[in-house]
Amino acid sequence: MTAVLDHVAEPSPSAALLEDLVGVSGRRRTKNIVMTALMALAVLIILAVLVLVLGTVATKGWSIVHSKFPQWFTKDIPATARRVGPGMNAAIIGTIVTTATATAIAIPLGIAGAIYLNEYGKRGVFARILRFFTSVMAGVPSIVMGLFIYVFWVLPRKEAGLTGLSGAFALACLMLPIVVRATEEMLKLVPQNLRDASFALGATRSRTTLTVVIPKASAGIISGSLLAVARAAGETAPLIFTVSVGASAVRKANWNVFSGPNTSLSLQIYSNAKETFAGAQERAWGSALTLIALAFLFTIAARVLSARLSRNS
Amino acid sequence: MTLTINDLKAKRQFADKTFRIATLLGGATILVILALIAYTVAHRSTDAFRLAGFKFFTGKRYVPNASPPVFGALSFIYGTAISSLIAIIIAIPISLGLALFTTQVAPSWLKRPLVALTDLVAVVPSVVFGLWGVIFLAPKIVSVYKNISNWCHGIPVLSTIFGKTGAGRTFMTAGLILAVMITPIITSIAREVIETCPQTDRDGALALGATRWEMITGAVLPHSIGGIVGAVMLGLGRAMGETIAAALVIGSSAAITANVFSSGDSLPSVIASQWGEADDNGKSALIAMGLTLFLMTLVVNFLATAIVSRSTKRMQGAS
Repeated sequence: MTAVLDHVAEPSPSAALLEDLVGVSGRRRTKNIVMTALMALAVLIILAVLVLVLGTVATKGWSIVHSKFPQWFTKDIPATARRVGPGMNAAIIGTIVTTATATAIAIPLGIAGAIYLNEYGKRGVFARILRFFTSVMAGVPSIVMGLFIYVFWVLPRKEAGLTGLSGAFALACLMLPIVVRATEEMLKLVPQNLRDASFALGATRSRTTLTVVIPKASAGIISGSLLAVARAAGETAPLIFTVSVGASAVRKANWNVFSGPNTSLSLQIYSNAKETFAGAQERAWGSALTLIALAFLFTIAARVLSARLSRNS
Repeated sequence: MTLTINDLKAKRQFADKTFRIATLLGGATILVILALIAYTVAHRSTDAFRLAGFKFFTGKRYVPNASPPVFGALSFIYGTAISSLIAIIIAIPISLGLALFTTQVAPSWLKRPLVALTDLVAVVPSVVFGLWGVIFLAPKIVSVYKNISNWCHGIPVLSTIFGKTGAGRTFMTAGLILAVMITPIITSIAREVIETCPQTDRDGALALGATRWEMITGAVLPHSIGGIVGAVMLGLGRAMGETIAAALVIGSSAAITANVFSSGDSLPSVIASQWGEADDNGKSALIAMGLTLFLMTLVVNFLATAIVSRSTKRMQGAS
């Protein structure tokens, strides 16, 4: 580098040309190296944060989940935040039933909507409007979804409206645009000549969609939907107003989504994180570990499926 | 009974039509839900707006249990703006660095792990970031804030922004946590936009003797700037609407101050934390804040979507 600089030090009309011929000047090269290092630094920062967060959750959460192994999953939530010890049974069940119900609502609707967009609406005016509002809906804050279900569904039913089902409605509103977008992307990938072949055999559009297009795109649709499920399972804000009056109101597992208040892992983390008692904080870390494990399970399943899809086609 | 060809045809057409209408209804639920959100939330907000009038947007005081109750949401609107602004300022360089490193610098074997790393951050639920922020980060970061505040003492502007502090739960902490949470969304959109930059443009820059950084600033960034701006705005919308993490780390005390090391409160966080104690009027006020937040994010997302779709259209035209 210095050699190059020495070489072009004497002022001559061809200095710039010579510099270009010999190589990149020192300052330009230094700038390139510094900027590349800064880009790498960004990667390191995000990696460090992720390791720090997951590491803290894993070590602090593992101690309660592991040392109280079966009780963590089977016992009721302690009556007061002050009490030390396990029991997240109610929250685990609550997360599973509300998320499952939300999935059962959002996925059929979302897939139907995506089929309309890609197979029927295409570039039409209505389809374009729908696509636009899908992205608008994807940007609606999750807390607004919760408020909406509170006003629309819980309020007319008073206390009886606070159920797992109400929470599931709010989560389904959150999942719907994600499922529509992911499914439409997958349907777009199905080659047009497969559809044409089916039409040539005399099949209608509905039959073609159900027997040719959907099976071809199924792995991708499932993996997109699982990502939406993972997102919904971790959401807290939509549940605050819809499943129970206060997070501590529910201690026993409630499998019935249609009646009785419910709770969830995310709600338990939120309420316990605000407490100063060691026992409550310990339960918050344990719940966080359980929730992350659930979310990762779905994400890994989604990745495996999408990897299989890209291998097959 | 025998079926003629025409009967079969009619039956098939009927089935086809039914299917078409069923999928149309599936899509239309999105429009219905959005319309219902706007209507019901606005409808329930009227009580609060009637009580507070325009003071709702200009008043700093929020005393829900006074009689008559005082509903001024300005400090929460301010808190939402300032914490998302901090988040965006921190997230832009990190996301851009991450996206550029993944697409322009990293060898091909490293690309998939880097994408997976970004996605992994997105999978961590927001409440977990909040928990980590409030129990782990907040107590440790107080001394950092104090040091920065001491260094900036006496310097105009800086001493106002990085002022006195004694708390770990502040606008800044909320901004930091939000920055981590919106980094994946900005990164993944920016990466997609950057990848649409034609290889010929990049090769051209390199062939003219540009270094990699000059190739990025000369060919890649001018090409993708529109999409990146849109990505940042989508991130901003997400930061504004993010509730739980902010509610846990922002400190929950209404304040309007330029000092980022001060505790404050934001719209989503005040809704979540005050909901349990609120009476009917109080709930109406909180729902009105939800409406305000909804409109704020709507405007930001609206602009973001328009910018992203315009720039992708232009790029498709170019290639």
